[in-house]
Amino acid sequence: MIRAVMVMNTQGKPRLAKFYDSVPVDKQQELIRSVFGVLCSRAENVSNFVEADSIFGPDSRLVYKHYATLYFLAMLDLIQVLVETLDKCFKNVCELDLVFNYSKIHTILDEIFFGGQVLETSSTEVMKAVEEISKLESASNSITLSQVCFWLAGSIACVFR
Amino acid sequence: MAGGVSSSSIMETLFQRTLEDLIKGLRLQLIGESAFVSKAIEEIRREVKSTDPHTKSTALQKLSYLASLHFHDMSWAAFHVVEVMSSSRFSHKRIGYHAASLSFHDDTPVLLLITNQLRKDLASTNEFEVSLALECLSRISTPDLARDLTPEIFTLLSTTKIFVRKKAISVVLRVFAKYPDAVRLCFKRLVENLDSSDPQILAAVVGVFCELASQDPGSYLPLAPEFYRILVDSKNNWVLIKVLKIFAKLAPFEPRLAKRVVEPICDHMRRTGAKSLMFECIRTVISSFSEYESAVKLAVVKIRELLVDDDPNLKYLGLQALSVIAPKHLWAVLENKEVVIKWLSDEDPNIKLESLRLVMAMVSESNVVEISRVLVNYSLKSDPGFCNEILGSILCTCSRNVYEIIVDFDWYVSLLGEMSRIPHCQKGDEIENQLIDLGMRVKDVRPELLRVARGLLIDPALLGNPFLHRILAAAAWVSGEYVEFSRNPFELMEALLQPRTSLLPPSVRAVYIHSAFKVLIFCLHSYILQSESITSSFPDNLVLGVSELVLKKNMLEGSELTTCEAPSAHRSEGFNPRNQSYEDLSIKNGGDRTINHGQTSTPAFSENIFTYDSIINLINQVELALGPLTGSHDAEVFERTRHILCFIELIKGEITECLVQKGKTLESEEMKASKIIKLISDAFSEELGPVSVSAQQRVPIPEGLLLKENLDDLETICADFQVPESNLFSLGSPYYGEEVGVSSFGLQDKEESEPSNEATSLLTEHRKLHGLYYLASEKNEIVGNDYPPANEPKLQVNPNNDTEDLVKLTVQSLATNKKPNHAKTRPVVVKLDEGDLVTVTAKRPETKDDLVSGAVREVLLGSDTRTATSQSNPSDKSSSKRKGKEKINVDRSELKENLGDSEKPKHENPSSRKNKHRISGKERRHKSAGKIGEEREENGQKGMQKSSHRHARHKAPHRSDAPLNVVSQTPVIPDFLL
Repeated sequence: MIRAVMVMNTQGKPRLAKFYDSVPVDKQQELIRSVFGVLCSRAENVSNFVEADSIFGPDSRLVYKHYATLYFLAMLDLIQVLVETLDKCFKNVCELDLVFNYSKIHTILDEIFFGGQVLETSSTEVMKAVEEISKLESASNSITLSQVCFWLAGSIACVFR
Repeated sequence: MAGGVSSSSIMETLFQRTLEDLIKGLRLQLIGESAFVSKAIEEIRREVKSTDPHTKSTALQKLSYLASLHFHDMSWAAFHVVEVMSSSRFSHKRIGYHAASLSFHDDTPVLLLITNQLRKDLASTNEFEVSLALECLSRISTPDLARDLTPEIFTLLSTTKIFVRKKAISVVLRVFAKYPDAVRLCFKRLVENLDSSDPQILAAVVGVFCELASQDPGSYLPLAPEFYRILVDSKNNWVLIKVLKIFAKLAPFEPRLAKRVVEPICDHMRRTGAKSLMFECIRTVISSFSEYESAVKLAVVKIRELLVDDDPNLKYLGLQALSVIAPKHLWAVLENKEVVIKWLSDEDPNIKLESLRLVMAMVSESNVVEISRVLVNYSLKSDPGFCNEILGSILCTCSRNVYEIIVDFDWYVSLLGEMSRIPHCQKGDEIENQLIDLGMRVKDVRPELLRVARGLLIDPALLGNPFLHRILAAAAWVSGEYVEFSRNPFELMEALLQPRTSLLPPSVRAVYIHSAFKVLIFCLHSYILQSESITSSFPDNLVLGVSELVLKKNMLEGSELTTCEAPSAHRSEGFNPRNQSYEDLSIKNGGDRTINHGQTSTPAFSENIFTYDSIINLINQVELALGPLTGSHDAEVFERTRHILCFIELIKGEITECLVQKGKTLESEEMKASKIIKLISDAFSEELGPVSVSAQQRVPIPEGLLLKENLDDLETICADFQVPESNLFSLGSPYYGEEVGVSSFGLQDKEESEPSNEATSLLTEHRKLHGLYYLASEKNEIVGNDYPPANEPKLQVNPNNDTEDLVKLTVQSLATNKKPNHAKTRPVVVKLDEGDLVTVTAKRPETKDDLVSGAVREVLLGSDTRTATSQSNPSDKSSSKRKGKEKINVDRSELKENLGDSEKPKHENPSSRKNKHRISGKERRHKSAGKIGEEREENGQKGMQKSSHRHARHKAPHRSDAPLNVVSQTPVIPDFLL
């Protein structure tokens, strides 16, 4: 079971955090901090596993990968899938994409991980679903909103392309 | 939207900040992040109350963002979340569901309100809406939600929309966990999905079974054929990995499984290009099929490939695999010895650590010296963290099973000393424990131990390192306890009293002071004995004998004997200063005596060190050093200082006086002083041994001893050490206090009885203080006659245990002929503890999973016969599908009829669960018209098998009266497998 997925930058600012157990927010913050503490103490070019018993309780393990300025946490292959998908989605994903696309990255995440299980390992499938959902969303917005709202919907649609 | 409402909402919308605005604002804000966020939250609080759904949902989206990445509580908005969830617009609904899965938990009150919304969305024709509901359910479902929505999920399990079905499959895991009865309804459909040709479905369902099987593997044995098929047919690495994980868990439950599965696994291992799959194959083989020589050999070859790979991850995994395999196939580690040792100096801490573990796994009696030497040297060059890992693992490996692999204890003790001096060493506590432990367990090592302790104590530099303080405490304790092995006790005293001891924390300092007391007593006692022996050649033997006796016997004897010793002692003191040559003689005697004293052949003092001057110097030195401490604010330090100073006060006058006067006038006084010294010395020379934590329970409380009353506060003070007071008494000699007071000092007043009582109470206190040093494991190395009082009561209370101890003792002494004195604690105790732990941990998941696995077994074994036949006959799929359909039909038509005959779990409420119950009841009836008896048996048997007691008990009473074919059931499972 996957307990949590996090993306954070090299300063320890979380860019995406999803916990699959119910964890109160202050505890979440603490966890992210301690994970960052562990990660920033590790050199480049070392293995990507950390025994995380002290942070997440017994038998848990932290798997991470370092991309540019971001740490990704999950199982390595899945991290690959996630990044691939993000890359496809945003064309060379960078930190700012994640900053500004809160909702979209959650859509992607939810297609790959489902309640702590891995649901989809093919980024093409994920992309398909994500695009469908985006379309559906912008459609539902643009059709029904009044004129003023439409202008706003434009900006929302822009976020989701 | 009408008139005013709509215009106001337009205004709201117009000026509302979107999530993007919020994010931009956050990045540009100048007022500080938290101020900005709280302003935003204020805004959101206003907006979220809006009647306009768009405004509301945007506000909620912003709130979710802040909750997720800025950790703001959003439980207050729960009701708004429900409102937005129910929006008909997909984009709003999505925001609502996202917020719900982010913020709802079991205790969220509004959860009750969303059941219908979820049900509606689960039945939606829009697959994305269904997906939203499923996602949300996978995250927040409670027992109630799971129960109420089980029928919908059941339906979705066979929907044609792959996108939805895979999520429905995944959500089942959560539903089962929350509402085990759902198994009865959904399990068959779940199993049917194993036959799916769609890779997405297969991945999802295998994932679910992998999780289920990790909780209670035994229940899923009947599905082994399905998994086997997937193992052979599937091309999807992800699926294969999961199936391998499942087999690894099933293997222990069915030995015959291995034969079938090992070959395909090896095939995958050979063929696959994916490292992840290869590693999973390796792991499965080494953890679950380690008795298959050829498979293991192949796995080791593959491990070697990983070990020499450039990717640190693969190296790490290779090392991990080796450590899994090490206990059973050490050759695999030895074969890769060079690589393993090489990675010890890798830059990656994970890899270093793993290879350290492997190196330690290779340690044996024959190479422990060599390996430890190498590692200690290496630790000097390592960073502090890894240095301590190394030291920790050496300490742990060497002390395992009571120093099982150590043959040369002198070497080990000096290694401990050496480790203490490693600059980064932070293992003070462990080294402390081992130093003391070794002292108590291994008699032969005491001289060396003292030497090491001395080395540590006299080095003033060490006092400045707080990590070493615990070690120094141990060294001080050793120096006091085993002072008889010292060549030069004066030097020890000097070390114990050196000015830099002020750097020590009070608790350690107290140990120092108390050890100084012991050293002082030893010196005085040696001095007295020595003087005695000078006087007469005839009493020499006597005194010798006496001193030996004194060592071993209890107070009564001791005090009687002192009476006859004392006069001679007195006389001798008279001669001492005058007759140099005579004194020289006496030195030898003194030396000899010391030897006897120590009961081993150890350092004789090269010159006469116990002269009058030296003793007086010693006393002065102690007074000088400890004087200032009478003002100490630490109770322990203060008390001990007082003890030692009062004692000196008591004897000093007498000793000096009588020596100066050389006269016989103060005979009685002198007698008194030497008596006191002897008594205390005896008290101190009582040997301490490791004591079991549970020893106390075996010791009956002596009559008339009011433990509770006297020691109530002490108990609270020393609550940490679980060792109750009386333990300490009976461990030594329970008679001490009484006898001393009565027999020898009846006459004397406080002053006199005080020191002796003090001695015993000091001893007690000492033991209390060093409660830590009393070992947790039981000990049989205690040489019987040394502890008669402790053993006697034991015998009375628990004779069996004691004989057991004896048997073991003899066995052990036979076994360890070479070094008969090497204590080996009874390993049974340790193992017992471990055993307990294991059972505890093993039981926990089982009880937790009781219901699910019970239900699973019921479903699976209920379908046993069917599956069994299906194995030989490939139409299995269709038949089970037919069943599924039948069930649904039944749902609709036979509702009433079935309600009656299905037994129900009591806590059910009839509304939403009817369906499922009907079904399970129906199903049962349907297949079991003639087989009810058999089925019952299954239940009973399952209960016995172990995990599903509760479940079995729950229904067994109703009908498990037919002792039919208990045996017939077991063979059924294996039938599929082979």
